[in-house]
Amino acid sequence: MARYSAFEIFKQALSGHKNWASAWRDPVPKEKYDVIIIGGGGHGLATAYYLAKEHGIRNVAVLEKGWLGGGNTGRNTTIVRSNYMIEGNTGFYEHSMKLWENLSQELNYNVMFSQRGQYNTFHNPGQMDVARRRANTLRLNGIEAELITAKEMQARVPGLDYSANARFPILGAMYQRRAGTARHDAVAWGYARGADQLGVDIIQNCEVEEFIRDKDRIIGVRTNRGEMRAAKIGMAVAGHSSHVAAKAGLRLPIESHVLQAFVSEPLKPIFDTVISFGAAHFYISQSDKGGLVMGGDIDGYNSYAQKGGMPTMEHVFAAGVSFLPYLSRLKVLRQWGGIMDMSMDGSPIICKSPIDGFYINAGWCYGGFKATPASGWCFAHTIAKDEPHEFNEKFRLDRFSRGYPIDERGAGPTPNAH
Amino acid sequence: MLRIDCPFCGLRDETEFVYGGDASRKRPDLQETSQDVWNDHVFLRDNPKGPHLEYWFHQHGCRSWLKVQRDVATHEITDVRFADKEKGQG
Amino acid sequence: MSPKPQKFRTGGGRIDRLKPLRFKFDGHELYGYEGDTLASALLANGQHLVGRSFKYHRPRGIYTAGVDEPNALVGLGTKDQVTPNVQATSQELYTGLTAVSQNRWPSLKLDALSVNSLFSRFLSAGFYYKTFMWPAGAWEFYEKFIRRAAGIGKGTHLPDPDSYEHVHKHTDLLVIGSGPAGLTAALTAAEAGKQVILVEQDFELGGSLLNRPLTVGNISGEDWLKRRLSELEVFKNVTVLTRTTAFGFYEQNLVGCVEKVQDHLSIPNLHVPRQRLYHIRAQKVVLATGALERPFLFGNNDLPGIMLSSAAETYLHRFGVLTGHRPIFYTNQDAAYDFAFALKTGGTEVAAIVDPRRDIPSALFQKTRALGIPLYPGSRIVRAEGYQRVRKVLLQPVKSGRDGKGIWRDCDSVLHSAGWNPVVHLQSQRGIKPVFDPGLNSYLPGAGITADHGCAGSLAGYEETDAVVSQARKVAKYLIGQIKTAPRNYKKPVHDTPPVVSDNSPKSGKTFVDLQHDVTTADIAQAQLEGFKSVEHVKRYTTQGMASDQGKLGNVNTLELLANLKGEDQALLGTTTFRPPFTPLTIGAIAGRSVGAELSPTRLSPFHECHRRAGAEFITAGDWIRSWYYPKGGEDVIAAYIRETGAVRKSVGMVDVSSLGKIDIQGPDAAEFLNRVYINGWKALPIGKARYGLMLRDDGMVMDDGTTWRLGENHFFMTTTTTGAAAVMRHMEYLLQVDWPELKVNLTSVTDEWGGMAIAGPSSRKVLESSFQGIDFSTEAVPHMGFLEFESDGLPVRICRLSFSGELAYEVYTRAGYAELLWDQLMEGGKPHDMILYGSEALGALRIEKGHVAGPELDGRTTADDLGLGRMQSSKKAYVGNILKEREGLIAETREQLVGLMPVEGAVALKAGFILFEGDGSEPKGHGLGHVTSVTFSPALGRHIALGLLSEGRAREGTLIRAVSPVDDMSVDVKVCSPHFYDPEGERMHA
Repeated sequence: MARYSAFEIFKQALSGHKNWASAWRDPVPKEKYDVIIIGGGGHGLATAYYLAKEHGIRNVAVLEKGWLGGGNTGRNTTIVRSNYMIEGNTGFYEHSMKLWENLSQELNYNVMFSQRGQYNTFHNPGQMDVARRRANTLRLNGIEAELITAKEMQARVPGLDYSANARFPILGAMYQRRAGTARHDAVAWGYARGADQLGVDIIQNCEVEEFIRDKDRIIGVRTNRGEMRAAKIGMAVAGHSSHVAAKAGLRLPIESHVLQAFVSEPLKPIFDTVISFGAAHFYISQSDKGGLVMGGDIDGYNSYAQKGGMPTMEHVFAAGVSFLPYLSRLKVLRQWGGIMDMSMDGSPIICKSPIDGFYINAGWCYGGFKATPASGWCFAHTIAKDEPHEFNEKFRLDRFSRGYPIDERGAGPTPNAH
Repeated sequence: MLRIDCPFCGLRDETEFVYGGDASRKRPDLQETSQDVWNDHVFLRDNPKGPHLEYWFHQHGCRSWLKVQRDVATHEITDVRFADKEKGQG
Repeated sequence: MSPKPQKFRTGGGRIDRLKPLRFKFDGHELYGYEGDTLASALLANGQHLVGRSFKYHRPRGIYTAGVDEPNALVGLGTKDQVTPNVQATSQELYTGLTAVSQNRWPSLKLDALSVNSLFSRFLSAGFYYKTFMWPAGAWEFYEKFIRRAAGIGKGTHLPDPDSYEHVHKHTDLLVIGSGPAGLTAALTAAEAGKQVILVEQDFELGGSLLNRPLTVGNISGEDWLKRRLSELEVFKNVTVLTRTTAFGFYEQNLVGCVEKVQDHLSIPNLHVPRQRLYHIRAQKVVLATGALERPFLFGNNDLPGIMLSSAAETYLHRFGVLTGHRPIFYTNQDAAYDFAFALKTGGTEVAAIVDPRRDIPSALFQKTRALGIPLYPGSRIVRAEGYQRVRKVLLQPVKSGRDGKGIWRDCDSVLHSAGWNPVVHLQSQRGIKPVFDPGLNSYLPGAGITADHGCAGSLAGYEETDAVVSQARKVAKYLIGQIKTAPRNYKKPVHDTPPVVSDNSPKSGKTFVDLQHDVTTADIAQAQLEGFKSVEHVKRYTTQGMASDQGKLGNVNTLELLANLKGEDQALLGTTTFRPPFTPLTIGAIAGRSVGAELSPTRLSPFHECHRRAGAEFITAGDWIRSWYYPKGGEDVIAAYIRETGAVRKSVGMVDVSSLGKIDIQGPDAAEFLNRVYINGWKALPIGKARYGLMLRDDGMVMDDGTTWRLGENHFFMTTTTTGAAAVMRHMEYLLQVDWPELKVNLTSVTDEWGGMAIAGPSSRKVLESSFQGIDFSTEAVPHMGFLEFESDGLPVRICRLSFSGELAYEVYTRAGYAELLWDQLMEGGKPHDMILYGSEALGALRIEKGHVAGPELDGRTTADDLGLGRMQSSKKAYVGNILKEREGLIAETREQLVGLMPVEGAVALKAGFILFEGDGSEPKGHGLGHVTSVTFSPALGRHIALGLLSEGRAREGTLIRAVSPVDDMSVDVKVCSPHFYDPEGERMHA
């Protein structure tokens, strides 16, 4: 199919847009693949893409029980940053950032990656100390980051409550210039189109009902669209990881929780960056369409319902209005929820499972969207080589039993606290 | 908004409670020395999509730990009782 | 003011002609009447053009008369009360209202960005995904321009001056909607003695009865409404909330509603909130949300002057406003004929009625002819033309297909009606998917009635008012338990109706399915072509249904269009998910009063006023406001804490420790319980003594620390850290109630019951002796960690000799209500000994000098051994965390351990957050060996010192390493030492 370009649009426009090719095929499932990826979200599609592109493994199927990108890929607040402090996370997320920076060109699909910068505010001296540690860690790992004062921030971001007697006064922020946002759906579509072009079969409306085993090994899946076999089967179904893993007989260090997000009515540019507030968790950016995209903490109890409740919504906006008092007169258009794999240390899992032939990509907590490129990249590597890449070697399933948690918040095995 | 029918206080909003997670787990005996047993207990969850037995603490009420039977796909609550069986019987 | 007659205002309607209201639109002074909406007042003044569309900046007019309005969004108010994107169709008019049109520059009539229309053929679905990619990183350049062109309304950065509040209500029955169905349901339940709340988003009750001439039974809709309203007034058990929208239907029948309390007032009452958010918890809910009219699709269906037929009827019937002098009707609905007849009879020239149906009921046919209205059965409108206003339309026989010939008919408005879409949103939010009903050719609620709610009236598919009333009564009766048979949704017989969405030639001009987002039928077709086949993909790829009206107008047409394109049964297609809120919801109302200072509870020490009087500077620590330092003569925090710290070491100081968590522990198994909770032993602790304790989480990491005092055989008093108090309490209750119910122990949180001051310094004993005369504070009477309880002139006092500062020190507690008395007594007792007050900053400095751990070290990632407290761990007993603390990674040699750090140059200050590296001159890179956790200037040592967590730290004592901070551009040579900088043997506190 044709590359996307201004010329291509021009050409198609002249023929009334009647000749666009489908962005991906709708193939009939084959009986045998080299690799099957369960989950047609950003992570699964990226995995298939990198398997084909980086490792030459093209006989790959991506099985999606609904529609592409219908899970958390399309239900997040689109923030991309690489400001993780704990070893294991830092390098991984920076690798992701680097992939983001070239993603539109790589995929020939504009994912609208907008590096408009991101502030993590701090509100007391203790938080400032952590911010310094974080910024220093990033800098020493070759990732730009700066600490800025409230005064500097005030000059750049208007409309926040900068008063010293605020309930949680803004003392300053850690700023990452390269952070920003991307168009969430486009990431799934871009990877899908890219993978399809490399020969990957993307099979929608295909739900895995059970795994086919040969003794201790998993050798295939039984789906509502028939049986398929593959030497290697990877799972990238964050939100529902426990559910799918249970079919393979695995229990995971994961609870599923709902994280709400909100979008406002469309507005002319009013907020030009990304801020995550360090007190009473609230984060915000403005989409290119003009909607303010906002979020806060998870609802706090296990949930597979893709919707949230009022208490969390009220809490999110109490924080929002306190930090940005002008939000008060604006209106929320839509409230939705995504199901998070909340892991026992707040960090993800990308590794071979204890079952031969079965690979796990799970536990993304809040961090899944920004991780999409690196998650697929590392998962592909792990599947292709049967060993982790340096970037994901710490994301092991057995890190809990062995005592190597990657705990950014220090909250321990309390999933809803991460 | 969930409402939980606390056996001591009555029907109350979820905002009065703190969530405590899977209540089908049983703490190993204090004298248990196997790391595997403790690892299972502390880190692993069934995390089912459907009926879920879970703990809630009535933080802003009677401070009872409760066992709540809730469907995590629909939020329907079908049973609430004290975690401590003997509680409320004296 | 005596207003000039309005060109489009007729007689009748529910407006009050004695109350003219002046308002401004785009700077023009206009007027309307009380009872008008902004939209009806604009139309009365002949103003159809009210905005520009999102993408192509096409001129747009008022399309509807309600919350489904996609076009008529205006900016309301001025300065800090600017409210963007207000639907003119649901905004009540008031004197002084100031509205501006949006998304146009420089003016509504001349909009520079309407050039986008010229390029519109390039701006089809998915356009942005396919371009603006070159060169790499160029997107942000293009994005600036795209962002400016996108968006609709303009907000302000000024803080909102208005207030909002939350209200909680409980009721037997909540009725949503006050049309014939809602009123009937509310009255039925009220008569049965039930508590009823009736909410209506409009400012008047009546729903469809307000909008068109209906009859109920044998009386007019108007009279029926009057009677029902007067009946409602009689019932004390009915609460009526107008201007109140039910925006969200949540689990367990919680309904979120928002009341626009003052959005219709010229001069709002400052003591009343602008909007009010209700949490209504209802035993049962009747959804009587009605139906919204469905538009036809044809080329240029967005021209001003084109609107829903029901909207035009509402403007005429309710507001006395004619929307045009020469309308063409385009309808497949019998009811629209009645409106056409009424217009014609009233003297308006009806240019034509176009009806895609070939078989029109003969009575209508006869009457149309009798009135001389040109009728085009079996025909459709394929396109409209005009400049900023529709002038003519092209008609074609339905059967002629897309390339058939047509005829043009002139008009000044097109009133169209393709059927009705039940407002299924609220039930759908509960996860009950709407179902396609071929008879209705639209979607009905997935469940007519459930155990906790029911659908009444046109929401349930009923059309005739009498049927609506009768069904609504049954719904109410069923829900309140008066009848057992559940009423059902109405199933309309299936007619073979021509499709609403016909196959238009691209030459017909753009055909919009989503007016606000400029999504056309061609975009939908292109999405299919490109593989975006599921309804959710179509929505996301084209943005259909994602505008501020959330597809109220366009979703059903899109679904029919999709079914046609795919050749699939519409019933199997599914729908997108409806999400709260039903209409856009003001953020201030969601936040309510819990904003600003009220964002989080503020906890104050019982000594707070004393601190304030003593001139303290305060600092936020979680929910607590604590005294930070006590400046003297313009001191800053650094000068003050250095002075305060020095004074404590030299003589004596007093600091507030009230915020520490305090838990009263009683019961025969209390000692056993502590033995299990803490890593160290508790059974041998004598009565009257305290002990430092450390507790772990289940995973073996340190959870919290504090001292616990044994008041009696079965009675302990535990202190926790300030931030850990609630979690520790919860954790211990969990252990007792869930895991070890056999232990007989009772816990009571007494944090707020006791206020405490620590007296620290060489003279502290003397201060106590002066403060509490006659009490023996000698080491024999009160040894280190000894405890004493007594009354001093009626003042209850608990004293424990323990030390965070490393000095001889005592914590002195009293009941919170006596705090100020204690303060005075201690201050008086301290006078002869030059006692100073010190705050949290000096407290921190003192503990760092002693190497005591606090928050920065207890960060949830450290073990007892990491903190140098491994020896406290008893090997003779089992306790929480004792097994998992032995995991491989938690006992690894390379773990970071607590160390003291001294910059080689004592005058150089480190900061917490410096990263530690080898001192061998190698390039600092990566995560290093650890980090600096706490820093202070030590007056006792006369130099800067720090604590840190350092890999293999204890083995490195005496070596040189480097502390690096790129953000400060600093790299400092540092000597590793014991964290116990000052008086390591503890001689001072044992003095």
